[in-house]
Amino acid sequence: MVEKLKSLLSRFYILIIILFLYSPIAVLIILSFNDSRSRVVWGGFTIRWYAALLHNSQIRVALGTTFLLAFLSAFISLVIGTAAALGIASMKKRSHKLMMMITNIPMLNADIVTGIALMLWIIQFMPLGFGSVLIAHITFNIPYVILAVMPKVKTMNISIYNAGRDLGAGPLRAFFELMLPQLSGGMISGFFMAFTMSMDDFVITYFTKGAGVNTLSTMIYGEIKKGIKPEIYALSTMIFVLVLVILMIMNNMPAKEKRKGEEERGNVYD
Amino acid sequence: MYMIRKKTLALILTGIMITITALGVFGCEVSDSADTLTVFNYGEYLDPDMIKLFTKETGIKIKYEEATTPEEMYTKFKSGAIGYDLLCTSDYMLKRLINENEVREIDYSLFQYKDNIGQKYWDFSKSFDPENKYTLPYFWGTLGILYDTTKVNGKIDSWDVLFNGEYAGQIIMQNAVRETFQITEKYLGYSLNTTDRDEIQKAYETLLKQKPDVQAYLVDEARDEVVAGNAAIAVVYSGEAYLGHKYNPDLEYVIPKEGSNVWLDSWCITKNCKNTEAACKFLDFLCRDDVALKNFEFIYYSTPNETVKENLPPEDQNDKYMFPDDSVTENCEVCTLTDPETNELLNKLWKELKAN
Repeated sequence: MVEKLKSLLSRFYILIIILFLYSPIAVLIILSFNDSRSRVVWGGFTIRWYAALLHNSQIRVALGTTFLLAFLSAFISLVIGTAAALGIASMKKRSHKLMMMITNIPMLNADIVTGIALMLWIIQFMPLGFGSVLIAHITFNIPYVILAVMPKVKTMNISIYNAGRDLGAGPLRAFFELMLPQLSGGMISGFFMAFTMSMDDFVITYFTKGAGVNTLSTMIYGEIKKGIKPEIYALSTMIFVLVLVILMIMNNMPAKEKRKGEEERGNVYD
Repeated sequence: MYMIRKKTLALILTGIMITITALGVFGCEVSDSADTLTVFNYGEYLDPDMIKLFTKETGIKIKYEEATTPEEMYTKFKSGAIGYDLLCTSDYMLKRLINENEVREIDYSLFQYKDNIGQKYWDFSKSFDPENKYTLPYFWGTLGILYDTTKVNGKIDSWDVLFNGEYAGQIIMQNAVRETFQITEKYLGYSLNTTDRDEIQKAYETLLKQKPDVQAYLVDEARDEVVAGNAAIAVVYSGEAYLGHKYNPDLEYVIPKEGSNVWLDSWCITKNCKNTEAACKFLDFLCRDDVALKNFEFIYYSTPNETVKENLPPEDQNDKYMFPDDSVTENCEVCTLTDPETNELLNKLWKELKAN
């Protein structure tokens, strides 16, 4: 009896949590099909906001900027961050500790402090524009990449690389074929972490962007004064569905991937 | 280990090179040229098609930046991080900018369509720009009462309904220090720009007494609460009231007889504007009949451009939300309060009111 009650309670608890997490999104999705601009009047079912979305060049440009920014900043910080992780791992204990502490600070720092500091620093040598936002995003993305890649660097088997060099592989070839594959797991998660962080950011972008440059978050913020347009609900719904689909695909993949990875590793160690 | 270090170095260099290339590519894009104007405006406050049209007609490019509040605009403008040429902001903020010598005179001799702006609005402007030298009226509106005719006895014509207790629990007030104090001061018969401590104290006491009757202090949601039937009366801006009436025809909007706040958003040219001729061209373009009409249809706030009304279909011309009678705004005042001490006092009292 007690057991039953316990399981009932825990189910109820999970239900409440899911309700809290997803009911706002559900409301947003419903509103995206509302044929009225009001949030409290149901004007009938429509998909005209989705159609309007396609014709709204402002939203298209902002969406393009957001993705370009996320991709470029994630990629560049992946290169710099991986290099940094390799470098920090090969440092002596004290400097290693010190460097890790320094890279952790930007992650713990309040966004608004980072944002204002970057703005003040960047305007010393260049006008604000797309470039300045990109620099800012790379800056706050690097620690996430280092954090993701570092454990892989620590567990990496350096003998494989050395063996490759002994057997005649050039340094580049040995690096790309023997070292990188061992780090790839961390690099991929670091890249995606950086990508999401960049997409997600509002505060730092807001302070470092120049006139005329808008990401989705800063564009939506600008709309607050006159009320957010239903096109934004439609866009948010589409992004939500997209993320959901990607997650579902990813969750169905690992079974295969893992097996493949094990085989490969087996080959190398054999 | 030595090899690793060399590799690391190579990688770092690659990273630096990629960064520099990226900066080079996007660096050119942001360089300022003579035929570019940097415009700072509120969000959703200019039809994007009009910007395209302007660039097509004149070849002058517009870099467009948006903000949400006048304070935010002021901070961004003052930080100097971006060199703005044109600014559209609200009455009291314009006064502050004029006082601080941040704007320059507009050369109206370059204008063709200046006379499309009605005399009434130039007169409104005089409260912050006494000689009509620095600002060009853009949109305006009023603060009033939106009420549900099915829940209220008869017609409302006074702020009294907010304070006499008749509609206890049915009232939505603005969750903003300025608006709330302004209407209370008007209700008590003072100027809404008063700096008199006793008058402000009286207004505070009136608000404190009213507080138990207030259902909620809201901003954007105020309109929706009345539309949804959750409240009978709300203090809202005229633009919101128009939408409320559209969603729910039972709703009426009134500017109480004691008078209220009339707000005015105007354009100004900054002191640092590099190309004032282009800036004037842009402002003149906004006054042009067809552009003003399109822009009005996009924004749907009251416009000071008198050609707009003439060019609208007859049924829209009588819209009392967009084109109220002159008599309605007779007792209204523009907010020009820039005295820091008074603002501090108001903020302090507002906090006390909300905490009580």
